[in-house]
Amino acid sequence: MSQAVRQVHEPAGAADGARPWRRAIESPIVIRTLSVAAGIVVWEIYGRWLHSPIFAYPSGIAGGFAAVVRSGELQYYLASSLVVLFWGLGLGIVIGIPVGILMARLAIVEHILDPYINALYATPLVAVIPLIVLWLGFQTKAKVALVFLFCIFPILLNTYQGVKNTDAKLSEVARSFCATEWQLWRDLIIPSAVPFIVAGIRLAIGRGLVGMVIAEFYTSIGGLGYMIVQYANTFKMDRLFVPIVVLMILGVGLTSLLRGVERHIAPWLHAAREE
Amino acid sequence: MSADVSQALRQSASGSIVVDGVRKVFRRGATVALEACSLEIAAHELLCIIGPSGCGKTTLLRIIDGLIRPDSGRVLVGGEEVAGPRRDVAMVFQHFGLFPWKTVYHNIAYGLRTQGRPADEIQKVVPHYIGLIGLSGFEHTYPYQLSGGMQQRVGLARALAINPSVLLMDEPFGSLDAHTRELMQVELLRLWRMQPKTLVFVTHSIDEAVLLGSRIAVMSGRPGRITEILDVNIPRPRDPDTLRRSPQYLALRSHIWDRLKHDTPPPRPAIQDGAGRPGGDAAGRTSS
Repeated sequence: MSQAVRQVHEPAGAADGARPWRRAIESPIVIRTLSVAAGIVVWEIYGRWLHSPIFAYPSGIAGGFAAVVRSGELQYYLASSLVVLFWGLGLGIVIGIPVGILMARLAIVEHILDPYINALYATPLVAVIPLIVLWLGFQTKAKVALVFLFCIFPILLNTYQGVKNTDAKLSEVARSFCATEWQLWRDLIIPSAVPFIVAGIRLAIGRGLVGMVIAEFYTSIGGLGYMIVQYANTFKMDRLFVPIVVLMILGVGLTSLLRGVERHIAPWLHAAREE
Repeated sequence: MSADVSQALRQSASGSIVVDGVRKVFRRGATVALEACSLEIAAHELLCIIGPSGCGKTTLLRIIDGLIRPDSGRVLVGGEEVAGPRRDVAMVFQHFGLFPWKTVYHNIAYGLRTQGRPADEIQKVVPHYIGLIGLSGFEHTYPYQLSGGMQQRVGLARALAINPSVLLMDEPFGSLDAHTRELMQVELLRLWRMQPKTLVFVTHSIDEAVLLGSRIAVMSGRPGRITEILDVNIPRPRDPDTLRRSPQYLALRSHIWDRLKHDTPPPRPAIQDGAGRPGGDAAGRTSS
């Protein structure tokens, strides 16, 4: 065999080996950690110096965090938020992917649905909140509906794009090997749409979190959004930052969870990117 | 056409191909890709099709594969008219056409799976072809991790695995570097001698056509038609190095070169009209 497999990872050069400490300091993970640590320290110092009733600093927030966990508030409100996000995003995925596929494959479905999807996607969804409250009340149902509306469009449109973008050359390969319609889906259309769908879900998580918080601002007595409004109205600054930080962690955590799922179901993509 | 070829055709052996007056027009009549294109290929023959780029070589191959239908004329494979892609005809693509999400193993198994072959057969056949193309140990590698030459070996193995009676190859080595290309040519000849199949090989390289082909069909530019069929009476096994020095090779090469250069069909062999050229050359030199 005269050809060699392309290396995915470049081996470390000999020159770098001479100064391992330098390489350690310059490694991205170290720089990132140091940056975050420095940010927290500066925030702490500035916060203590400012000593304002409408500002908070990390050690105070940590205390607030401990307090809301001890009282059980955080767990209670987080759980109610997660239920909303789960159903809203879940419905968005379960409905968005098949509808996107149908729209891409059947021109008639595309022409029937496209005007509605375009119109709804362009509408600032915040505007429909009072309507949804009138129809569905102030409870979980209304919030799920809103998160669903925030989530479904990126998933649906990305799925549509992914199916439409199926490589014509590979379609010809499949036809040449006498693939049936079902085999075409299994071996070609679905796998080539997966990266688009995953990207759509990633967008949907971000939008879903926004939708969730807005819904909680306007509608229910519960959820992280309600926590924020409540603490802001009573100037409990240390506690106010707790749900904000939790939301941030939720966004980052869900996105990296999805990246892990993607790595598992589409290993060729991950490896290609690394290269 | 030589006598043994007609013999094979009359028996309409599985793997014989007849292209009969095929015409294909693209873009609503704006481009005539193929015009009155006729060709007979015997079973187990290795025929190379050569022509200037854009002459319809690929179109002809896709018509034989049943991927597109001719506007008039017909194609017979094994005596049956081609109405669509057939299970006993396999194609190797210029762009390799591997599925990026399938490993080497599953890419090679693809044709077998679409044909619904039983799992135990697939488990036996796929490793055999992986070994045959020299990719043992790369079963679980994805295409992007392979070099171009290795990717095309997988493309070749995928086509061979379904054990077709006809193998169509569309400039399969066109995108490979010169060295890899030569290795692949030798490899292909080895495989073809081990498992003789009807092999139609489209190329724009004269060297490749002469090295591989038992016969060479020369096509003209648009509208594409077969202008000449040449027998390559160079004994096998052919070695690229010694072949390049043989007089037969050089004569054939310059003949085809001349044909492609002029494109419009001059019926005289190219070797004879070489006499007039040195004078013209000299005139050019004195004027400059």
